[in-house]
Amino acid sequence: MTQNTQAAPLLKVSDIHVYYGAIHAIKGISLEVNDGEIVTLIGANGAGKSTTLNTIAGLLKPRQGTIALNGVPIQGVGASRMVSKGLALCPEGRRIFQQMTVKENLEMGAYSRPAAEIAGSLEEMFQRFPRLKEREKQVAGTLSGGEQQMLAMARALMSRPRLLMLDEPSMGLAPILVEQIFSIITELHGSGVTVLLVEQNAQMALQVADRAYVMETGLITMQGDASDLLHNDAVQKAYLGS
Amino acid sequence: MIFLDNLINGISLGSIYAIIALGYTMVYGIAKMLNFAHGDVIMVGAYVAFCGLQYWGLPPVAAILVSMAVCTVLGVTIEGLAYRPLRQAASLAVLITAIGMSYLLQNLALMIWGANPKSFPRTFINSSIINIGQLNVSSATLITILANVVIMVALTLFTAKTKLGKAMRCVSEDRGAAELMGIHVNRTISFTFAIGSALAAIAGVLLCSSYPILQPTTGSMPGIKAFTAAVFGGIGSIPGAMLGGILLGVIEIFGKAYISTELGDAIVFAVLIVVLLVKPSGLLGKPMREKV
Repeated sequence: MTQNTQAAPLLKVSDIHVYYGAIHAIKGISLEVNDGEIVTLIGANGAGKSTTLNTIAGLLKPRQGTIALNGVPIQGVGASRMVSKGLALCPEGRRIFQQMTVKENLEMGAYSRPAAEIAGSLEEMFQRFPRLKEREKQVAGTLSGGEQQMLAMARALMSRPRLLMLDEPSMGLAPILVEQIFSIITELHGSGVTVLLVEQNAQMALQVADRAYVMETGLITMQGDASDLLHNDAVQKAYLGS
Repeated sequence: MIFLDNLINGISLGSIYAIIALGYTMVYGIAKMLNFAHGDVIMVGAYVAFCGLQYWGLPPVAAILVSMAVCTVLGVTIEGLAYRPLRQAASLAVLITAIGMSYLLQNLALMIWGANPKSFPRTFINSSIINIGQLNVSSATLITILANVVIMVALTLFTAKTKLGKAMRCVSEDRGAAELMGIHVNRTISFTFAIGSALAAIAGVLLCSSYPILQPTTGSMPGIKAFTAAVFGGIGSIPGAMLGGILLGVIEIFGKAYISTELGDAIVFAVLIVVLLVKPSGLLGKPMREKV
């Protein structure tokens, strides 16, 4: 389960610094995601987890440091070119296109792919998320929160990413839906999708992940196998509420 | 019959407003800015068509196409030079830049074509009167209405069906999420300015075919009214621009015909104020709603 390959990691973030104006939000973090892994980034509100994902996705530019996908530097490439490089971010708050139909949302996820391939991927998504098939022609804004989260994940998967980044997929969902979302993540893992997961629900995240990083105010303070961190005293005190 | 005459004239004038309003509403929807130079692009379009017809001896259709091409380049250039560097700036800075651009275009026109009004030549558009029963309708009126319908249908299909049109809707709804889909936001915004400006050229020719006096300020009043029409219908909404434009034209003509010629414009703006008091998002505008 854990990484042991000598090959270059799929994603390698080295010592990135990110600023919002004068605020130093990310103070030099490094992390790696290997092919086929689920890696989670946990930490309190405001620790810089989403900022890290947004920076990797190209929405923010690091002032310093490098980000490499498969050994190729991608920092400063710009978000709109990331998808074709194999990186998809399912953003915090889902941000589906509320006024478009479910099907259109999915099609937009495959925007950078040739039109001929889209039908096949649509079928695949409808099989994985039968609920979306039922709601195919419905305007996305009318979906429930859980359905919207599924749509957002399916939309990100439509680009056939090498690395899927999920930002707080369980946010604002009822416990039963949280379970469902995490079981989908486990399924994705089973089918070989590499995932970088940001979560406030540390308990759930550590249960599904292979490895984990703990962030605190812009720094990575702990890292290791997810199962070790799940039983780590400091982590339990700070994030698992026991 | 006078009532029907007025109604048709109102719809025709409203159609011009609607075509101009599309430029405002599409740019607002996608770039979230009010391009107050849009009215002056109409004026440039009309001048270019005028030159084509009067000086270069072009056939009318060619003159219109040249005018559309020039306006497209002008619109994209304005966006690239003046607005794009301000993409992250406060909206007030963008607004002031747009007003500055409006005056720049007017004064450039003053330099190039002079202050004397030009009389827009007759073309196939405004050469004949068509009799329908007892109605006498100028061909310009009919062509304007027809052009409006064709443009509306084409644009609606374009945004609903094509990949680029869908990309425009995405950028309009959530720029960041659109980028994550791999949509090039700047390219999409440029493209929107291109469409809006090409339509402005058509509007310029239609406007001057019905009201053939052309001067550097020709675009400003129709520009303001079309902006009003866009707000009236719900800014950001394409059918809203259509509805707002036509209602505005009809109200203006009826106001002038039945209430007072001098107060025609005042009535138009009074109606706008009432609509905005009752429904601030405009007739077809969607109220802002956020779902977390």
